[in-house]
Amino acid sequence: MKNFSRHLIKKVGIMLLTLWLIITCTFFLIHSLPGSPYVNQEKLTPAQLEILNRQAGLDKPLPEQYLIYFKNLARGDFGTSFQFKNQPVTKLLLNRVGPSVQLGFQAILTGTVMGVILGMISAMRQNTWVDSIVTIIAILGRSIPNFVFAVILQYLFAVKLSIFPIALWGKFSYTILPTITLAMAPMANSARFIRTEMVEVLNSDYIELARSKGLSHWQIACRHGLRNSLIPLITLLGPMAVSLMTGSLVVENIYAVPGIGEQFVKSIITNDYPTIMAITILYSAMLIIILFVVDLLYGLVDPRIRVTGGERLAA
Amino acid sequence: MLPEEFELLDLPPNAFEPLEISGAGADGGAGAGDSAGAPSLSFFQDAWRRLKKNKGAVLSLFILALIALLSFGAVFISPGDPNKQNLAYVNLPPKIPGVTINGFNGAAIVAGERVDKYVLGNIPPDVYFYLGTDGLGRDMLSRLLMGTRMSLIIAIIAAALDLGIGVAYGMVSAAAGGRVDGFMQRALEILSGIPTLAVMILMLTIFEPGIVSIVLAMIITGWVNMARVVRAQTLKLQEREFVLAAAALGASKAKIALTHILPNISGVIIVQMMFSIPTAIFFEAFLSFIGLGLKVPMASLGTLLSDGYKTFRFLPHLMWAPAIVLSVIMICFNLLADGVRDAFDPKMKK
Repeated sequence: MKNFSRHLIKKVGIMLLTLWLIITCTFFLIHSLPGSPYVNQEKLTPAQLEILNRQAGLDKPLPEQYLIYFKNLARGDFGTSFQFKNQPVTKLLLNRVGPSVQLGFQAILTGTVMGVILGMISAMRQNTWVDSIVTIIAILGRSIPNFVFAVILQYLFAVKLSIFPIALWGKFSYTILPTITLAMAPMANSARFIRTEMVEVLNSDYIELARSKGLSHWQIACRHGLRNSLIPLITLLGPMAVSLMTGSLVVENIYAVPGIGEQFVKSIITNDYPTIMAITILYSAMLIIILFVVDLLYGLVDPRIRVTGGERLAA
Repeated sequence: MLPEEFELLDLPPNAFEPLEISGAGADGGAGAGDSAGAPSLSFFQDAWRRLKKNKGAVLSLFILALIALLSFGAVFISPGDPNKQNLAYVNLPPKIPGVTINGFNGAAIVAGERVDKYVLGNIPPDVYFYLGTDGLGRDMLSRLLMGTRMSLIIAIIAAALDLGIGVAYGMVSAAAGGRVDGFMQRALEILSGIPTLAVMILMLTIFEPGIVSIVLAMIITGWVNMARVVRAQTLKLQEREFVLAAAALGASKAKIALTHILPNISGVIIVQMMFSIPTAIFFEAFLSFIGLGLKVPMASLGTLLSDGYKTFRFLPHLMWAPAIVLSVIMICFNLLADGVRDAFDPKMKK
């Protein structure tokens, strides 16, 4: 156990170091940008500009701003948005977390469930036309960029067939198109993954035993095959989270979802530094934490791949 | 696999007893013993032989070669200047002479009715655009070819730089060992924790978007995987007898790395690179789509798609063309990468 806790501490240390590096780089890079955040506002006199700069703390030397930023960050304060008057970034983002999280969960859930079903079917019907179709779906889902999916789905189902609104947020049915778009990649990846795993499991000895006990084909698949293939599926969680976050940026924009991704793109266009910084840090932190948790889960689920495992297995 | 220094004896061919050659059976035989009876093939010949059996990969290779040929060849035989604006020919739908299929006959739906926009716009009968024109009267086919070329160039440069940096870093790290290796690995670990997306967006908000800044933004974190793979493989090979033998014969570390280790990990490097090309294409298109891409009048598949998307309710052809080309390129690169991986490492195939 000592080994494990040391491993844990090391991982946490690296995690914090990474986060600090990201915050620092973001801060200095953003503050080296030319242009003032107030160029978007109506014409301002130099005196007014000075007052605004002082209010935002932009008149202080950079290192001091950096320290202040860190102090505020510790309290969960990301500063004030330059774009929306007197709106704290934290509040701005909190309002937008909901839709993003909802879409993310719906997408992961739909994607994985669909993927598992497809993967299972194709493993059970190996080398038949069903298998080929699933393989093709998986290749399409993996290859076609999600914004291309988003645009095409929007064109077909919203513009041409008018089944869904083109870009609107509110009712559950409005979330269907963005969810499908975001679910494509997780679906494709888990289908492929489950297929490979199941094929391997189905060829192992204990499946032979189950068969000789008289269990039906599908019973074996569900009870023995699927259960053993599902656990390694968490290895896909990390890459899935990354692709979801990337995807959410464009998908939220295309479908006008009032989420974090949409805010990010808006902030980039309007040079809203505090918001850009906050979202960059938020994204990075979420990702780092997810990867960390997945890393821990690996070890818990499969002792063979436990990072410190070598000696413990022998002991 | 033996290095050339070992071919010292000048034996005539009849000094050897020829082995019976059995063509089959070499497949899946990863161990050296299995392939003893097969004709002697170099590592790459062997991989190529396996790749050729993969229908999807061969087809993808063919399509990609065709796309590359067309898009790069278009510099010389372009149907028109991709940046030439002609306000008399604005927003024309695709028209291929002799084709009457809706969508390629110059007709478009205006106010619920399908009308020939070429007739409507008083376009001379000998003027036609295979893929229509955009809002500035530019020939879409030329723009598409230029955009494809740009996307491929960016992806290939990014992948090549990933390769260079990653291979060098990985090999140095593995060869140095000890504390240097430990330090270099910690640095890698930190870098790999930084989300590519965040870095790219930051880089492009700060630097003027262009080929250089996009490539730079992509390689900052892009080479990390390559470095990891190369280091792991190098570490494995360093324990092997032929490396020890070379070291015992007095070869320097650099020489061992370049002449003994690098050729032996080239397969892994190629596989890794094959996967980084579609990633680069994706990110370039992605950045362009959210408005951080190339500046006008340059075009990539991403900017074309993003432009087409803006008017897709009325001019869907401007959206379909780049969307289809981008998708085809991505599918082909992924299939080819899968095929190359299976070809270089049959053990991975399940």
